[in-house]
Amino acid sequence: MKGRVLVVDDDAALAEMLGIVLRGEGFEPTFVADGDKALEAFRDTRPDLVLLDLMLPGSDGIDVCRQIRGESGVPIVMLTAKTDTVDVVLGLESGADDYILKPFKSKELVARIRARLRRTDEPAPEMLQIGDVSIDVAGHSVKRNGETLSLTPLEFDLLVALARKPRQVFTREVLLEQVWGYRHAADTRLVNVHVQRLRAKIEQDPEHPEIVVTVRGVGYKAGPG
Amino acid sequence: MEQGSAERVQRDQPDAREAWEMALRRKKWVRWIVSWLPHQLTVGIRTLLRWEHLVIAKIRHRWRRSLQLRVVGTTLVISATVIAVLGFFLTEQIADGLLLNAENSARTQAVTGLGIAQSQSGLNTPPQNGQVAMQIMGSIGRLLQPTNGTATYSVAVGLNADWKGKPGFPRWAATGFDADATFPPTLLANVQEEQVAQEHGKAENLLYYAPTTLVLTPGGRGEPAIAFGVPISNSQYQLYFVFPLTEEQQTLQLVQTTLIGVGIALVALLAAIASLVTRWVVLPVRHAARAAQRLSAGQLEERMVVGGADDLAALATSFNDMAASLQDKLRELEELSKVQRQFVSDVSHELRTPMTTIRMAAEILFESREELDAAAARSTELLQSQIERFETLLTDLLEISRHDSNVATLDAEPADLCDIVRRSADDAQQLAERKGCRIEFRLPAQACMAEVDRRRVERILRNLLVNAVEHGERRDVVVTVAADSDAVAVAVRDHGVGLGPGEDQLVFERFWRADPARARTTGGTGLGLAIALEDARLHGGWLQAWGEKGRGSVFRLTLPRVAGHSIVGSPLPLGPDEAEVVTSSVTTLEADLSGGSRA
Repeated sequence: MKGRVLVVDDDAALAEMLGIVLRGEGFEPTFVADGDKALEAFRDTRPDLVLLDLMLPGSDGIDVCRQIRGESGVPIVMLTAKTDTVDVVLGLESGADDYILKPFKSKELVARIRARLRRTDEPAPEMLQIGDVSIDVAGHSVKRNGETLSLTPLEFDLLVALARKPRQVFTREVLLEQVWGYRHAADTRLVNVHVQRLRAKIEQDPEHPEIVVTVRGVGYKAGPG
Repeated sequence: MEQGSAERVQRDQPDAREAWEMALRRKKWVRWIVSWLPHQLTVGIRTLLRWEHLVIAKIRHRWRRSLQLRVVGTTLVISATVIAVLGFFLTEQIADGLLLNAENSARTQAVTGLGIAQSQSGLNTPPQNGQVAMQIMGSIGRLLQPTNGTATYSVAVGLNADWKGKPGFPRWAATGFDADATFPPTLLANVQEEQVAQEHGKAENLLYYAPTTLVLTPGGRGEPAIAFGVPISNSQYQLYFVFPLTEEQQTLQLVQTTLIGVGIALVALLAAIASLVTRWVVLPVRHAARAAQRLSAGQLEERMVVGGADDLAALATSFNDMAASLQDKLRELEELSKVQRQFVSDVSHELRTPMTTIRMAAEILFESREELDAAAARSTELLQSQIERFETLLTDLLEISRHDSNVATLDAEPADLCDIVRRSADDAQQLAERKGCRIEFRLPAQACMAEVDRRRVERILRNLLVNAVEHGERRDVVVTVAADSDAVAVAVRDHGVGLGPGEDQLVFERFWRADPARARTTGGTGLGLAIALEDARLHGGWLQAWGEKGRGSVFRLTLPRVAGHSIVGSPLPLGPDEAEVVTSSVTTLEADLSGGSRA
């Protein structure tokens, strides 16, 4: 099963504790304490998910996040002690799929990890079309005018969720539940940041989006009109 | 000149002054001012009455506000008074001097004239008839009449009163003026008395003197003059002189005009100097005041311009020194508080990592508590719950430090307040069910839209609701929502213990607890309302409390509909509403009764 998790954290006690919890839940954790060695460890272990502490010695969490995202769409969950909007948004913009605030509960952490790993489970053959963007759900590819666009799994999930019901307006809360797997109301900044990143990849003009459209005061929908 | 004469002359002085004053009053400029003043005054008074309040208020305001105006005004009044008094005494002195001078020279002339008159023949015999008398009087008159053009006096020859009235006898031998109107009766009487005295050998040889007005033509206007009268010894004739003071009057007029001119110029000069000097002083003071104002308004860079090395420069220098040291102190304080806030923030952050480990470890222990013995199992339970509490405290501490360091940001977007109220009621509902009370919602039918930060408003409301249920003494909690054009408001009403006097402010203090004894059993960090207040302020809104012992309390949150707008009023009252007063007093009564029965 897919359960290799790379834990990038400099706090030995927390890393060990995370190891105990993750092993208890059936994952295979590997550890790296130094931000500079994180990319190397990532290449060696090819994990299914990266658990990344935002504050690291050497290159900090945000740099590590960018480096990994530069090579792979692997789910990245950030661990952060900072709740300030700037820190969270910066982390998300650097490519993290989700974040979890310290101090967290083991169950919460495991739920977040499972939510990020779950989506690759059952691909059903399905083709979707919004504007000039076509989506092959089973083949996990998105094309615009025949040109393949590289989306991370999370961005792909977000696009698919919106495209499956075109013209239906999704609130941020609904998207959080469908895409991220949150059952309770969570941080809607997650949605905002990821929609921005998705637009940057699929829209002709991200300033005037035509595929993922904002409905002011409510949320987002796929397709124009 | 004998002693007696001088005395008489002295006694007559006040009359002379009166004549001078009369003369003074007739002066042209006095008449001009007197004729001009009433008109201007009436116009002025009328205008003043018309604009009374405005003008008087304005003048008073300017007088109170402007140091310069006060100094100039005071200088004007004082200098004008001093110069007027000085001028008056000076004029008086000069007038006295002139008069004395004129009198002396007149006296000399009169005495000389008398000597000449006495050399006239036929004086020693009483006049036979009017013609003889007329002849003698006329010749004396011609003898004494000044010959050249520079006539400084006029002569009149009179008769003893025994002859004066007799038919055929002339009253006067006088040329060019009306002797009857000119010589005052007292002078005539004195001369007559003297003549009689001489006849009886009691001659005093007195020259009589009186101020008078020289009347040239009968019924005409006179001019100031001095008159001398003396009986011609051993005869029935009397000799009178009148010296017009025209020249002296002109001199005096000239002196007065000069004095007034100089006085006015002096007063104006003094006013100008006062104005200039105060301006020198006032301008830098005004600059200082303005600079101080700006400084107190927070512009700490404000400094004064230092010029020269005088007192004003010293003021500017010390002002600048003060501003600089103030700025330093403020900077120091700012730095200190920044360091302190950063420290709180850092500590809260740093604590989070070990906290995570502790929490995860505690969870593992907690899950396996059934395998432990009773004491260890209970310990893990306590560990678990206290970690929760610790974490809440940490979160609140971080939140308040974020507010303190002004890094809290408002993520405002349009939302329906009723919706937020319903969402945030979850926790409180559960607590209410456990406590056995109800939360009643009074929400308007239409949405109450406002630009708010959902997360913060939900946090405020959760806090208010949980507090209301916790302190509500199991009585129902009422949540009311209302909106007007500018603001939306939520009021959370409980009928619990209420708040004591002054506690409606204290509840928002950090770590303040109404009842220290019971506080430890109830949860909460003691920062909830402080954070709620900061959150409300961040919205530009209000969070206020009302409460009375035994009548419960009301917490009202008012937020502007448009983020950043200021609000002037709340759509909801702060306090028990009218309909509620009766029921609440009943409740109070019941509470008292139940309290009493319990006791």
